[in-house]
Amino acid sequence: MKLGIMVSEGPYQHQASDSAYNFTKAALEKGHEIFRVFFYHDGVNNATRLTVPPQDDRNIVNRWSELAKQYDLDLVVCIAAAQRRGLLDENEAKRNGKDANNIAEGFRISGLGQLIEAGIQSERLVVFGD
Amino acid sequence: MEEGGGVTKKFLYVNRKAPYGSIYALESLEVVLIGAAFEQDVSLAFIDDGVYQLKKNQSTDGIGMKNFSPTYNALGDYDINKIYVDKDSLEQRGLSLDDLMNLTYEDENDNYAEKPSISLVNSEELAALMEQQDVVLSF
Repeated sequence: MKLGIMVSEGPYQHQASDSAYNFTKAALEKGHEIFRVFFYHDGVNNATRLTVPPQDDRNIVNRWSELAKQYDLDLVVCIAAAQRRGLLDENEAKRNGKDANNIAEGFRISGLGQLIEAGIQSERLVVFGD
Repeated sequence: MEEGGGVTKKFLYVNRKAPYGSIYALESLEVVLIGAAFEQDVSLAFIDDGVYQLKKNQSTDGIGMKNFSPTYNALGDYDINKIYVDKDSLEQRGLSLDDLMNLTYEDENDNYAEKPSISLVNSEELAALMEQQDVVLSF
């Protein structure tokens, strides 16, 4: 089955990102196709490479990056939600006159249209929120 | 028209939270407005504290936040005219249809007559509405 995933909460504070990750990984291992994972609301914080979790805990951001690499996953961060929360890629940092960027490997920043497209193209869009 | 591939699906946006205590209402509205460009079959549902999003005469003067409620008036112009409000949620909060913004659209199949966009529904009707959808986005 072709699935779309939406993640609406940030890492660590809510379980939503963990559940989304575990669901996505399990679906891929079962041979399902993940059309896209879309990060919205505080979910955009799953994409910052500046998180430093304790070493004996899971690294939620790296885990997504590794899954993306392994399965060529499309991890998309909403640009409007990202900008108001301080998530920038190199281009957006430059465009907005900021001195740093923080997007982790495997994620890309794009518009909300990517979420709607995931709803249209996927057989199921599964939302992970609070 | 963006990458829809000519497919029309039934999209339901479920709004459950009050407008200013968190950002869900505002960011839901942003998805609805962007999504309008894809010409899908869109419905909106307002349940629980979400019914406060449609309250008329909102003022955010005291909280230093932007009052985005006027934007709901534009939904009719985006062909978004199926707005369902949970009757029980309204009543539990001491509200009625008269307390909500008068959201309308122009019916192009009826000589552009102005018609109300909001319908009050009970929980069974809401369940049936959700059952009909291809995509349910919950905020």
